[in-house]
Amino acid sequence: MEVNKETVKKIAHLSRLQFTDQEEDKLVGEMTNILSWMEKLNELDTTTVEPLIHMSAELNVVREDIVKDELPHKNALLNAPKKDSDYFRVPKVIE
Amino acid sequence: MSVSEELRSKYQLVVGLEVHAQLLTNSKAYSSDANEYGDLPNTHISVVTLAHPGTLPVHNTKVVEYGAKMGLATNCSITRYNYFDRKNYFYPDLPKGYQITQDKTPICRSGFLDIKLKEGVKRIGITRIHMEEDAGKSIHIAGEEESLIDLNRAGVPLVEIVSEPDIRTTEEAYAYLSEIKRLVRYLEICDGNMEEGSLRCDANISVMLKGATEYGRRVEVKNMNSFRNVVRAIDFEMDRQIELIEAGKEVSGETRMFDATTGETYSLRSKENLNDYRYFPEPDLQPFVVTDEWLAGVTSSMPPLPQALYKKFTETYLLPEYDANVLVDNKETALFFESVAQHSTHYKAISNWIIGPVKGYLNELTLSLDQFPISSERLAELANFVESGKVSFAAASQKIFPVMLKNQTASPEVIAKELDIIQEGDETTLLPIIDEVLTKFADKVQQYKNGKTGLLGLFVGEVMKVTKGKADPKLTNKLVIQQLEK
Repeated sequence: MEVNKETVKKIAHLSRLQFTDQEEDKLVGEMTNILSWMEKLNELDTTTVEPLIHMSAELNVVREDIVKDELPHKNALLNAPKKDSDYFRVPKVIE
Repeated sequence: MSVSEELRSKYQLVVGLEVHAQLLTNSKAYSSDANEYGDLPNTHISVVTLAHPGTLPVHNTKVVEYGAKMGLATNCSITRYNYFDRKNYFYPDLPKGYQITQDKTPICRSGFLDIKLKEGVKRIGITRIHMEEDAGKSIHIAGEEESLIDLNRAGVPLVEIVSEPDIRTTEEAYAYLSEIKRLVRYLEICDGNMEEGSLRCDANISVMLKGATEYGRRVEVKNMNSFRNVVRAIDFEMDRQIELIEAGKEVSGETRMFDATTGETYSLRSKENLNDYRYFPEPDLQPFVVTDEWLAGVTSSMPPLPQALYKKFTETYLLPEYDANVLVDNKETALFFESVAQHSTHYKAISNWIIGPVKGYLNELTLSLDQFPISSERLAELANFVESGKVSFAAASQKIFPVMLKNQTASPEVIAKELDIIQEGDETTLLPIIDEVLTKFADKVQQYKNGKTGLLGLFVGEVMKVTKGKADPKLTNKLVIQQLEK
């Protein structure tokens, strides 16, 4: 897969990150390297191998529908960079 | 909008609906904080909801069960091997940065729902039903520099029910939504309240020239909070798209929002549309495999469903369509009818009692059926008592019924005796009274015989007066005519 500046810009937008022109150039190189390295895997023939999604073979790990482990309101908000007595506060997401 | 009826009639509307139903579980979909609407903000959250590092989601058994139930109720096949996917998007109402959903293996597939229309029954295909989690709520206050985030709803379980683009009119859209709402309530998996957002609907709308084989480009419209607004949005969008096409322009495949105050839809800015969800399997949640045994358990816990009940009510109990419709409108009423019908075979009479006095009483006091004081057995007794001719329906509903509402021990017969309203039904007691009345009104009898048949009511009324209302009106009527025509 070819990584160009457009790819970097798109991924940056999806992650809500901003880069300078210079940084973008640098990232094109780094991401290309990572992906080329991963391409190595394509050399393996996997036509008869089922895709592996989970690292454990466990199935149906479930819990009963019971309420527990709620955080006290104060603790829940504790680590937020911005908050008031009720809410998390974030930069305005619509204009 | 200025699209004429004539122009409209050239085009065919094509609609598919996506309905999100918030599930009535105690706890959230993948964490154990409470699924509770209306409490103070950020009081039902956990480390999982907040996406603290190292926290992992776990399935809530009820969510899978409810998803399967909805599928069984809509004739879907149930997917045996369910795994989950991440739908990635960056927005503060979802701290993880992705929504857990089922992209590739929706729990239900290829079902259908029959909807009732004026011209008959129409089958609407159900493409899929999948489980997912809701996002939190963002509050944007005018003039505020920041948005407020309440995560109580983040992680609340949803099922999304996706229909085929089989809907052709707003009437069909309305009927489809009503049926979905009735089903989720029967199944008790969602309260079906669209105004409060526990049932939400997005519409995929397109138009094409009648007879065309290819659908037009579809537009997704969101943000309708009532059935009526879904209908308004479809109507508006149909006209908007026809106007574009007629003006030689293209309909762009976009997401639009419905504005209830103007009745119009508007485009979201293009940047918002630039979503690339980058779905991939959710490695943190183990797959859920539906076994035969588990599915049999869910199947056996299914309640009777409205369409089956309707069939039974009209075919087995021979109720008129109107009665059957009213009775199956909600499960409580339908089941109450069923339980009364265990004790009486006067089905139409029971239906009259439930649709009339029982509903009237409940509506007046805004009570639900489980708060109704009279047992189904007693109500059956009352219906039977009236049918035996011992009291009139009027007397039973106005005099006995109110006593029964207060006193659950006495039988209708005992109450009727106490009130002294048992009809004197037999001919031997009534005939002398009738003769007496007819003699008293000899001149009117003559007028009756000369064709003034309207006087019949007068004679019957007189008999009722003499018997203090205890004469059976039906029988009295019959006997009076018999004596007059002798």
